[in-house]
Amino acid sequence: MGSLSPGFHGKTHAFEGRLPPGQYPTESFPVLSAGPTPHIPTDRWSFTVTTEVGESRTWTWDEMMALPQEEPTVDIHCVTRWSKFDTTWRGVSLDVLLDEVETAADFVVAESFDGYTTNLPLEDVTDGKAWLAHFFDGFALSPDHGGPARLVIPHLYFWKSAKWVKGLILTPENEPGFWESAGYHDYGDPWREQRYWSD
Amino acid sequence: MPGWRRARLTERTDQTATGRTLTFEVARWPGHLPGQHVDVRLTAADGYQAVRSYSLAAPADTDRIELGVQAVPGGEVSPYLADDLPVDAEVEVKGPLGGWFVWTPEEPGPLLLIAGGSGIVPLMAMLRARLASASDAPCTLLYSVRGPDEVWYATELDSAAQHTHIRRLYTRLAPADSERPAGRVTKLDLPPAEGSRCYVCGPTGFVEHVSALLLGAGHAPDQIRTERFG
Repeated sequence: MGSLSPGFHGKTHAFEGRLPPGQYPTESFPVLSAGPTPHIPTDRWSFTVTTEVGESRTWTWDEMMALPQEEPTVDIHCVTRWSKFDTTWRGVSLDVLLDEVETAADFVVAESFDGYTTNLPLEDVTDGKAWLAHFFDGFALSPDHGGPARLVIPHLYFWKSAKWVKGLILTPENEPGFWESAGYHDYGDPWREQRYWSD
Repeated sequence: MPGWRRARLTERTDQTATGRTLTFEVARWPGHLPGQHVDVRLTAADGYQAVRSYSLAAPADTDRIELGVQAVPGGEVSPYLADDLPVDAEVEVKGPLGGWFVWTPEEPGPLLLIAGGSGIVPLMAMLRARLASASDAPCTLLYSVRGPDEVWYATELDSAAQHTHIRRLYTRLAPADSERPAGRVTKLDLPPAEGSRCYVCGPTGFVEHVSALLLGAGHAPDQIRTERFG
């Protein structure tokens, strides 16, 4: 077996331990999305949680902002291999929103204003693991990064953190979303490199 | 989809001062669709590995794949691929990847491709696939570059202009024979909407700007597919 890529010297060794396998750190904040950026004014924004029996609870922007806010500082990991350390957000824990509905569902589908969807086990968005965020790094979240509000679920690849999110639908069965139907892993754990269907 | 396959560099072509196309031979390559990409994995002598994604520049062609690499100053992977990986040496590739930013000649209707700089690479695969097909649906390529030195595939695009409406838009330095002065893409540069499927690839700022123009020109959001880098 011949040697691979002769003369190649990597640069990111120093970050091992904090970087999931196959990632590299970035100081910038790349933008990735499948289509044009929607621009949703906050006075037309609302967020709806719908249960498996069709009951729903909706918050306007002002109602959402009146809920208890948290300021998580987390590392985020994109499936395109960049990781960004110590990102600071402000938003509402999904625990607060999900506490308002009765459900026995095991899964959630996050829906966005542009039609994007992504699926998650309910246990991955509860117990302090996920936020509806509207502030990044001290400023209102910009549209290209998912503003006015997006999900932040740092322990999964960042495509799970739906931008321009408009609601959660609780489902008893797992329903793959946009990227999950287009070749990407159903769960997306960065530490297990769950990138594609085959991983 | 299987895992990593060995890929042997057979040819490197300079496209610009810092842009290269690299042809690799990959045994039992399963084929791919225009617009898809691969992951490329490099392994250092100490076992350290680094992986980046690169767009496929040509339609499937037996065991050969062509990748476009824009060297990023100080980058960990791209300068090595662009200039240092010896011909006949190997890397590993995984793919094809990506099921969304793809176009095939069976797709009905007009096609509008808009590239910024090295964003031409996946669109070149679409353009080449279209030229190799019997498709007679109208196709327009708008190619935005800073100046004439930044044009990839210059000769091939000149000959493709017989079959495809191709416009080069210069943002900083326009040559004397350019049909418009230097400047970023404006709504006046866009062809009529006509229900075109649109593919936009380039740096983030470019893609954001062009997508907004397309929406303003009446293109449906679900007909605009984007790929951003940087």
